[in-house]
Amino acid sequence: MIEKTEAQKRTESLLLAGLKSRRARERRFVWLGRGAIAIALFFLATLFISIGTKGIPGFFQYYVTLEVSLDRDRLDPAGDLSDQSFFDGEAKKLVNEAIYAELGVTGRKPKKAARSLLSNGSDVRLVEFVKENPQLLNSAHRVKLALDDDADSYLRGFISKDTPEKLRRINDQQIAFLEALQEKGLITREISDYLFFGSASRNAEMAGIKGAFFGSMLTLFICFIIAFPLGVATAIYLEVFAPKNKFTEIIEVNINNLAAVPSVVFGILGLAIFINLFGMPRSVPLVGGIVLALMTLPTIIISSRASLRAVPPSIRDGALGIGASEMQATFHHVIPLAIPGMLTGSIIGMAQALGETAPLLMIGMVAFIVDIPNSVLDPGTVLPVQIFMWADFAERMFIQKTSSAIIILLAFLIVMNGVAIFIRRKLERRW
Amino acid sequence: MAPNNTAATSQIDPVVVCKNVNIFYGDKQAINDISLDIMPKTITAFIGPSGCGKSTFLRTLNRMNDTIDGCRVEGEILIDDTNIYHPDIDVVPLRARVGMVFQKPNPFPKSIFDNVAYGPKIHGLARTNAELADIVENALRGSGLWDEVKDRLDQPGTGLSGGQQQRLCIARTIAVAPEIILMDEPCSALDPIATAKIEALMTDLAKDFTIIIVTHSMQQAARVSKKTAFFHLGDLIEYDSTETIFTNPADSKTQDYITGRFG
Ligand SMILES: Nc1ncnc2c1ncn2[C@@H]1O[C@H](COP(=O)(O)OP(=O)(O)OP(=O)(O)O)[C@@H](O)[C@H]1O
Ligand SMILES: [Mg+2]
Repeated sequence: MIEKTEAQKRTESLLLAGLKSRRARERRFVWLGRGAIAIALFFLATLFISIGTKGIPGFFQYYVTLEVSLDRDRLDPAGDLSDQSFFDGEAKKLVNEAIYAELGVTGRKPKKAARSLLSNGSDVRLVEFVKENPQLLNSAHRVKLALDDDADSYLRGFISKDTPEKLRRINDQQIAFLEALQEKGLITREISDYLFFGSASRNAEMAGIKGAFFGSMLTLFICFIIAFPLGVATAIYLEVFAPKNKFTEIIEVNINNLAAVPSVVFGILGLAIFINLFGMPRSVPLVGGIVLALMTLPTIIISSRASLRAVPPSIRDGALGIGASEMQATFHHVIPLAIPGMLTGSIIGMAQALGETAPLLMIGMVAFIVDIPNSVLDPGTVLPVQIFMWADFAERMFIQKTSSAIIILLAFLIVMNGVAIFIRRKLERRW
Repeated sequence: MAPNNTAATSQIDPVVVCKNVNIFYGDKQAINDISLDIMPKTITAFIGPSGCGKSTFLRTLNRMNDTIDGCRVEGEILIDDTNIYHPDIDVVPLRARVGMVFQKPNPFPKSIFDNVAYGPKIHGLARTNAELADIVENALRGSGLWDEVKDRLDQPGTGLSGGQQQRLCIARTIAVAPEIILMDEPCSALDPIATAKIEALMTDLAKDFTIIIVTHSMQQAARVSKKTAFFHLGDLIEYDSTETIFTNPADSKTQDYITGRFG
């Protein structure tokens, strides 16, 4: 055996003495980390289960199929299938007559009970059905109509028969009618078309996200076309061309601080400047998009600068070394390598903007719109604001639709983040 | 011989004339009052211990140090009698005339062809695609890479071996047909065989180009260069023909360095 020096022996004994506590500290740290992840996963699972159990039933609703006589004279008195003609027609009466006939009811009170089982929007639905199938006019046809939200809640089991009649929103006679319809097999539970294709409505069974969805798209579109070019150009200028002095340093610090400003402040800014000072209209996606763009800019600038900085300087030196100008080296070599990072950062910024509520409330994007906004200058609302409004309503069905809309919003966020990951994988330097 | 650093062979005019060059990084002076001349179509080697300012001085010759914040150059550097630090001088044509090859091979993440074609393209040296292809071929032949890559010009340049990448970078530089090529330790990341290839290449290129090379290898300096400059702590200690420097240096510091006693 080789003789060890004093120093080697000392190292060995002291190292071994300290080794145990060193390892223990390492293990403790690993376990703390695992514990933190476990807690996070637990809360995430709770969130998903809670939203899922509430929201998935919200994707469905109850429909009743009735035989309606599509009498042309009564439905479309002018005979030209125009909106005005249908408006003058008697769609509502035809629908009501269909349910009276189905249930064989007579008398004022039973009739009222029967017709209030149907959704308020049944006549609109009938008109739409006829518009799509004008060849069916002057015949009797089976049409699927939504049930009223109280009937819907009863069928879901939210309203108990044991509750005294006075205390529930649906009376004994109506329950009997529903049971009769169920027996005939006329009531079906299906994926709710109103949720996806309906717009804002006070009637829970007719409320949908279509208007808010298009509002969100228009707002994000504006946000993107402002924030992306501006943010990327700012990042390129600051990173590559700007002189490094006190002034640019101050700008840099401020951009970093802006990223941490509460979003509602941007809403107040938008209200004060764009609406009050510049006189832009309230509630429109244009202003919403500008406000969100201001909010997203710091995120885009910071991530774009980071991805520019991540490009090895040797690439730019190589270009400069054979006589490329600063601009050419940047645009030919540095930016192509930084683009995936820039896009990822921007999409994540957009995803943040998609989920933003507070600044849009400030500029009044809470419009109750029945139709979809046609342009960025039409009043509108956006998905998260729609969710916020629905969450305020007491009806059972709105609670479920709130959760359904949250699921849809989350799905969008996941899709956007997925696109970001895909772009990064796709464009990332493969050589 | 006293350090008479100007024109050793009086018949031929030098291409680069440096007069009293001082270089600063912020307040710190990296080069102290250096004057030297570079002879055309020869290989000049810069040697010296680490941190003595060889790279710094080399980079000033095509103003690559403009990109370093706080770097300041005083004095005159004349190339063909024009002071390249004159405010009216544009760095783009300067760098096209004085190309640079770096220590670490840095091909663009593009195809081999595009790597070499980039310089000619931005300077508008080729009017047709055929002309461009000719320039690329000649440059690759010039750097001895043609036979190895002629069948895969569309493959990424970063997929080549280190030595091939360095020769690709040399091809990229000579494609622009510069007058002077600066090389900062071009072989430090390469094995002896790749190094030998590059050295042979440099000797070959010296027929057409003026080459200035920074190296830590005494053997390399002795093998390839005609003139050698020895730097120490920002000073130019000695500048003479390579033979004199290696066999009969005037300064004892040079003597110590080349015999490996310090540095
Ligand atoms: N970008 C910079 N900023 C500040 N100081 C620098 C910078 N680059 C180099 N220096 C300093 O200038 C001096 C010369 O550096 P230089 O890189 O020119 O040395 P070198 O001779 O090339 O060394 P090596 O052989 O290790 O490459 C060193 O003291 C170094 O610390
Ligand atoms: Mg160096």
